[in-house]
Amino acid sequence: MDIVVCVKQVPEVAEAELEVAPDGSSIDTEDLVEDINEWDNYAVEEAIRLKEAHGGSVTVVTLGDEEAEDVLRRALAMGADAAVLIDEEGFEGSDAFGIAGGLYGVLKDMSCDLVLTGAQASDDGWGQVGLILAERLGLPFASLAVDIRIDGDTVFVNRELESNTQEKVALPLPALITIQTGINDPRYVSIMGIRKVRKIEIRETDREELGLSEKEVGFGGSGLASRTLSLPSAGAGAEILTGNLNEICEKTAQIIRERGGVA
Amino acid sequence: MAEILVLVEHRQGEIREITFEMLTFADAFAAENGMKVTALLPGAGVSEMAGRLENACDRLLLMDSPELAACNPEAYLAAIEKAVGEYKPLLTLIGHTAAGMDLAPPLAARLGIPLVTDCLDVSWNEGELEVQRQIYGGKINENLRMKPSERYLVTLRPGSFPVSGPRAGAAEKVTLEPPAWPQFRRRFLEYVEAELADVDITAAEILVSVGRGIGKPENIPLVQEFADAIGATLSCSRPVADKGWLPKSRQVGTSGKTVRPKIYIALGISGAFQHQAGMKNAETIIAVNKDARAPIFNVAHYGIVGDLFQVIPVLKEKFS
Repeated sequence: MDIVVCVKQVPEVAEAELEVAPDGSSIDTEDLVEDINEWDNYAVEEAIRLKEAHGGSVTVVTLGDEEAEDVLRRALAMGADAAVLIDEEGFEGSDAFGIAGGLYGVLKDMSCDLVLTGAQASDDGWGQVGLILAERLGLPFASLAVDIRIDGDTVFVNRELESNTQEKVALPLPALITIQTGINDPRYVSIMGIRKVRKIEIRETDREELGLSEKEVGFGGSGLASRTLSLPSAGAGAEILTGNLNEICEKTAQIIRERGGVA
Repeated sequence: MAEILVLVEHRQGEIREITFEMLTFADAFAAENGMKVTALLPGAGVSEMAGRLENACDRLLLMDSPELAACNPEAYLAAIEKAVGEYKPLLTLIGHTAAGMDLAPPLAARLGIPLVTDCLDVSWNEGELEVQRQIYGGKINENLRMKPSERYLVTLRPGSFPVSGPRAGAAEKVTLEPPAWPQFRRRFLEYVEAELADVDITAAEILVSVGRGIGKPENIPLVQEFADAIGATLSCSRPVADKGWLPKSRQVGTSGKTVRPKIYIALGISGAFQHQAGMKNAETIIAVNKDARAPIFNVAHYGIVGDLFQVIPVLKEKFS
């Protein structure tokens, strides 16, 4: 079972107060910690579990700058065997087709049984790259997997639907599956673990080597004419309770008593 | 006249709410720009569902075939491809749902048309398509203007357009013959319902709900004690269930449960739209979050900007 996992490095924003650059083109990421996209972390873990159960290898691929090597090292420390870094130069501002084009350039010449990606990334939230890649590779696919089982040449996938319901489907291998969070319990990665894999060579490639023209990728090759970011208005709906901690809690307790009938 | 094509989403014989939301949006968009709304209903035995759509669009395309019983994307892609080929819509709308997320990207790749997903609003300005989205988990708004194209594919976020009543005039019904089916590779096997839970959070009058801000599972007892003090049930947002800190049956949101308690207290929940969809109809919502710009404050009635670990012990004392 040879598996390729496509991963992305994203800024951690869950606890952060974000700022938008004055020209609205991007967020200020200077103070943000970069990490593997949460969905992709589950995908790497799933690939390694499948390898542990069925043998084979796991290769991780990312598209990014030099820093993105960190997410590859992290995946290697989790148990991946090889890694490929596509230099993002020329890909800046790509839409999902451009990113999928870069990944396709690497994957088209690899032989593998299964391709995994995160169902979406926490930054742009497109949820497109995985299945565009499947279509480019001509692979059968399923998105939003919360359970994967392999039996011979068939992979059984539980897809997460709305309202506590799942859909069970079967695909012939090779196939591409996008992973939903919560599918497994990703293993912990220690600094020591990352140090141990520092000598594994990461294959580097770029737009030209992958045979992609400047017109196919980047902002110019995207479907977008312009992109403007802005901060949403703060707390448009809520009445923000003010005062010292005790006063705020007193007000809150009163609301709970009145609205909830709590004694 | 330019066409808007809306894909009707249904599951187990029921039309999904997103369908009516998309049709409501499409109706307004079409009226404003002099366009026509066509709904595509692929399925197996569609006549009953068709009845519900008669007053919701200008034209209703019916494609009836046993292959279209479950939403197998390989069959659906062929069906939509045929409809797009015949009616050449400027704009094709699909729900940003589990079914839509499985269809829209491969459809766009196959037809070679630009795709924007998870849109909250779409407008047409002198021949240019513009969409509004949210990125970084709802913390940043994104406005995208698309390059000119003959066709666009857009997925709409559920819950973004309140459904309006039926419109005047019945839809023209057109039967569309199924395409020549490809050799299907993916097989639908069954729907799996979640197992019965220890506690039914949908029955609770007061919910204390924890999110990523809880930090680690060791912090849950603190919140449980507070919940006990006010007679509330403990629920959570997705990250907490994903990590297994609380059972999946306690998860509020699109893929979990939809709740309508008297009071919903959100602790350390940023309020991604998938979560909001499950709790925004609670009678009173109180949110505690460190980030004043957290999207949860847009649906909360009362907000406390602060650290839940400072707030909860003091608040619990008020009920001792």
